[in-house]
Amino acid sequence: MKKTIVIILLAAFGYFMATTFLDPEFEKHRNQNGVKNGYLEKTVSELKSANTVTSIIVSFRGFDTLGEVTVLFLAASALGSVLFKKRHHVGERSILLPASSIVSTGAKLLFPAIILLGVYVFIHGHLTPGGGFQGGTIIATGFLLMLIAYRNFSISHNVLSVIESLAGILFVVIGLLGFMNGGTFLQNFMPTGSLNNLFSGGIIPIIYILVGFKVATELTGLIYTILHEKG
Amino acid sequence: MNLENIELIRIGVYGTSILLILIGLYAVLTKKSLIKIVIGLSIIDGGIHLLLIGIGYIKDGTAPIFSPGMEGAADRMVDPVPQALVLTAIVIGFGVTAVALSLIIRLYRHHNTLKIDEIKNLKW
Repeated sequence: MKKTIVIILLAAFGYFMATTFLDPEFEKHRNQNGVKNGYLEKTVSELKSANTVTSIIVSFRGFDTLGEVTVLFLAASALGSVLFKKRHHVGERSILLPASSIVSTGAKLLFPAIILLGVYVFIHGHLTPGGGFQGGTIIATGFLLMLIAYRNFSISHNVLSVIESLAGILFVVIGLLGFMNGGTFLQNFMPTGSLNNLFSGGIIPIIYILVGFKVATELTGLIYTILHEKG
Repeated sequence: MNLENIELIRIGVYGTSILLILIGLYAVLTKKSLIKIVIGLSIIDGGIHLLLIGIGYIKDGTAPIFSPGMEGAADRMVDPVPQALVLTAIVIGFGVTAVALSLIIRLYRHHNTLKIDEIKNLKW
């Protein structure tokens, strides 16, 4: 009975969504000189950053990204406060079985390569697809592999929070430096270099490296908290 | 590429994403297990991301990156704004999933069950 009502409601909802998006009129007016061309043009002429998505996230909508990083920090602290324990006993974990020797040997081999790939992805965020969020997530998967493979692998929460806070503070400081150079928050104040060069894009690579560190430490802390949860 | 193919791609992308949203909503509304409800939320997330990316697509479009050899291709590039918005939305979705799972872990420790109809405190 309940399922029938739900299916009828969802069918009505789906019908209205489909008629909206599959309307030929919607298709006709979809790509009419929106903000797209302005962003594409300004990315090349002002910022000299090859990846338009990166320059929107870090420069044109940099304030938005600061809020996004804050939401991630809020999620990490909410999870920490919900799963709070007075003491962590490393090694007596309840949910993990001991890993086989194939997994632990392979993890030791792969861990440096995963960290290197993550660092590459967030340093080249303004040239290739990728950036701080993606690179940080790759680094966190490396730590996840080590935590699964070695039961005694432990990470200091203090070191993680120091790196995380430092990255966040430096993000805001770089944003405020824009005011001192006569502009707005997160205004570019460094030489932009030439297109498709590693040293190009002004403050974009610096901010994305900071975001990469922040995301990597936050996600590692999240994984560590959940894996060490004991009832 | 003729007209029918373009229509087919359009219906395919929009139809798939709307279908994903509906499947996720169905799971959230009817499933009893808390883990399945969170999985449904993630499916809704995926559908919305696909819908946003699909709106930004243009015919024969390339990625909005001015890599060597593509400097003059600005009029063939897809819309970068939905892609930036989706990158934000993925991170927010991740945060929502993490907090929901931590609350589920707490609920499980307290009630020893994941079924929402067995947790009596939720009834009113």
